[in-house]
Amino acid sequence: MKKAIITVVGKDAVGIIARVCTYLSAQHVNILDISQTITGGYFNMMMVVDVSGADVRFGDMADQIEAVGSDIGVIIKCQKEEIFDSMHRI
Amino acid sequence: MLNIYEVNETNNMIEKDNLDVRTITLGLSLLDCMDSDIDKVCDNIYERITAKAGNLVKTGEDISREYGIPIVNKRISVTPIGIVGSAAAKGSDDFVKIARTLDRAANAVGVNFIGGYSALVSKGMTKADEMLIQSIPEALSETGIVCSSVNLGSTRTGINMDAVRLMGEVVLDTARLTRENDCLGCAKLVVFCNAPDDNPFMAGAFHGVTEADAIINVGVSGPGVVKYALSKVRGADFETLCETIKKTAFKVTRVGQLVAREASRMLDVPFGIVDLSLAPTPAIGDSVADILCEIGLEKAGAPGTTAALALLNDSVKKGGVMASSYVGGLSGAFIPVSEDQGMIEAVEAGALTIEKLEAMTCVCSVGLDMIAIPGDTRATTISGIIADEMAIGMVNQKTTAVRIIPVIGKGVGDRVEFGGLLGYAPVMPVNQFSCDDFINRKGRIPAPIHSFKN
Repeated sequence: MKKAIITVVGKDAVGIIARVCTYLSAQHVNILDISQTITGGYFNMMMVVDVSGADVRFGDMADQIEAVGSDIGVIIKCQKEEIFDSMHRI
Repeated sequence: MLNIYEVNETNNMIEKDNLDVRTITLGLSLLDCMDSDIDKVCDNIYERITAKAGNLVKTGEDISREYGIPIVNKRISVTPIGIVGSAAAKGSDDFVKIARTLDRAANAVGVNFIGGYSALVSKGMTKADEMLIQSIPEALSETGIVCSSVNLGSTRTGINMDAVRLMGEVVLDTARLTRENDCLGCAKLVVFCNAPDDNPFMAGAFHGVTEADAIINVGVSGPGVVKYALSKVRGADFETLCETIKKTAFKVTRVGQLVAREASRMLDVPFGIVDLSLAPTPAIGDSVADILCEIGLEKAGAPGTTAALALLNDSVKKGGVMASSYVGGLSGAFIPVSEDQGMIEAVEAGALTIEKLEAMTCVCSVGLDMIAIPGDTRATTISGIIADEMAIGMVNQKTTAVRIIPVIGKGVGDRVEFGGLLGYAPVMPVNQFSCDDFINRKGRIPAPIHSFKN
């Protein structure tokens, strides 16, 4: 399993999760966990996904999902899990 | 499982506090490029660099994209050219030829800088070393991204004062030859005492002769992250202060270790070291001076600065050492003037002088760095400044360095712009009293005694 973390930050709107999930499903990326909060109208979501079945290269997927974000008006980042693991786990 | 707060903390460090990996530096041995024919040496060097470093920039960009962390520089360091060119070079011109080859090869692979136009002369100079040193002004004025360094002393050998005297003149000549370009040549020239073999940072990076064929060294950064963490513990005691710095340095260094491991795997080049450094940039909020202010000083340079820097430097090392399997290079806090907005402001406010900076170099990782001085400063005075700094390194068994820029045609109160990561600097006053008779003595200062330390 190759895990990645997707974060979505921005002003809340209808259909953010739907758009992100539609894109991920088209790329055969499996969602393992979602946590989400809305504070003061701001949407903040983190997804743990499995990218081992993905059809595109990781870097390209990161670019594409970022483009999905700018389309909806939110910031979406897709990063390999290791950067967070190495910083927060010994 | 990771939680949203941890993920946001990491991303805020990157987006708001300028966390980045400052450099991936590929160290390359050029020992097998040696030949008695200078053109053959140049061909070999070009071939070796372009073959081995062809994927360096792309690899750096791929890692940056996959982990969402900026990797600001991709660089190459090579075996000191004073050694590589020694069998072929008949004069300084031949060394300049090698400098042009390094520049061409580095541009061909797209790196930001190439370091190693260097001579290691801590005890004595070979004929080739001397020719290389004399070629430095021309080499730096005729190339764009070649960096030069000279090791003038060490704790074990003492200080080579003949080379110190020579370097005073070389620094001035480099400034004169690059005066049209704000004396930029001097920003690419540094002298060391106890130079490390595996330093990934410029201008002092070279690939030491004790190193393997090729190696990946990574330099981290993160002054903004430390400052932000300290802003949360204002007024707390020293224990909390130091613990906060250590924890932050640990996190920053872990990112460096990850990037170094990944680059090593992708390029199939062994991992060397992570350099645990707080390397500032002129960007607002990316300043070591700002950390000192956060610790409790009105401006960097105020009384207490050396003590604050000492605890900062030590805490960075303590936190970082556990985060990486191999630590090396310079490792500590850098205190350049032009590359740090807080330092620039401190100088302009009259809080920070060269003498205070010299005191600060006793407790931090490098030395007098990116300091602009008047263009009419005498060569012997520059040598005197260098000798003082070398003595601090020699006696305290640490690396020290001098990278000063005599700005031709400018005096105290003027300002010089270098641009980009090198920033800008106010021209600082230098002590006007002469040290001619001291510098003009021949020979070397003996190595210090290592016993009787109490």
